[in-house]
Amino acid sequence: MTDIGRAQQALIHRILAGEGTASPIDRRAAFDNRGVAAPLAILVEKTIARPTAVTDDDFAAARAAGLTEDQIFEIVVCAAVGQSMRQYSSARAALDEVNWSE
Amino acid sequence: MRLEVLDRGHRLATKALFALIRLMTRQPVSPIVKLIAYRPDYFGGPMKKITHEAMRGSSTWSVGDRELMAAFVSQVNACQFCIKAHSAVAARAYGDAAKVAAALADPDKAPISEPLRATLEFLRKLTRDQTVGADDVRMLLAAGVFPEQVEDALAVGFAFNTINRLADAFDFLVPGPEAFEAGAKFLLAHGYR
Repeated sequence: MTDIGRAQQALIHRILAGEGTASPIDRRAAFDNRGVAAPLAILVEKTIARPTAVTDDDFAAARAAGLTEDQIFEIVVCAAVGQSMRQYSSARAALDEVNWSE
Repeated sequence: MRLEVLDRGHRLATKALFALIRLMTRQPVSPIVKLIAYRPDYFGGPMKKITHEAMRGSSTWSVGDRELMAAFVSQVNACQFCIKAHSAVAARAYGDAAKVAAALADPDKAPISEPLRATLEFLRKLTRDQTVGADDVRMLLAAGVFPEQVEDALAVGFAFNTINRLADAFDFLVPGPEAFEAGAKFLLAHGYR
């Protein structure tokens, strides 16, 4: 059986709490999709829910708000990993529920 | 790509490696390689470990099965780059491009096992709806999928739901079929390390 648990936790710890150019608060907000500031809210929401709808203008708005490319990179990575983690956790919880009950 | 740093912000040694790749493959450097190689300590390094374990780690799913799952998740997300990339790897791993095309078109009509078919449908629901429940897992187990295989499929789902989002948010350029064939050959030989 593959085991990604430790590597997954290492990734999440690194992108949220490790050294970065965006603040840990902003990275966490993007990861959780909660409390993201206005210029980034659309980019984060699209990355999470409809990434094919992301446009150059969404990135331009983030730059216009004063974010550097590295900050935008980190925010988008945190948003993507956060949503994938919620999907994964939902399925793991369902699997655990079945394993425990049967 | 939408961030210039992902195209041109790499360290000097990485840029030299890219030049070598271009010379040897006669193909542009893949955008996924550029993403993974940019500030690898932040995202690419940890993500590579996850992806390699999910796609090449010990599992009763074959490499072809897992590559098909990756392509299938990518199709649900409409991520053109990843659909083509992992269809090519799956086709090469199985030695059967028609089987991959059939599974992506309609798992019910494709020449694949019932456990794999059920797993693709499970991944479709998880990817589309963002969540699944205990009844979905029970259906999967009833189709002959072992709990360990569910976990392995979820690892593939995690990796590609992440990469699909980044590929489209950062606007990966979709190259021609030759580039995907070259990439498939590399991934089958070397994995994702």
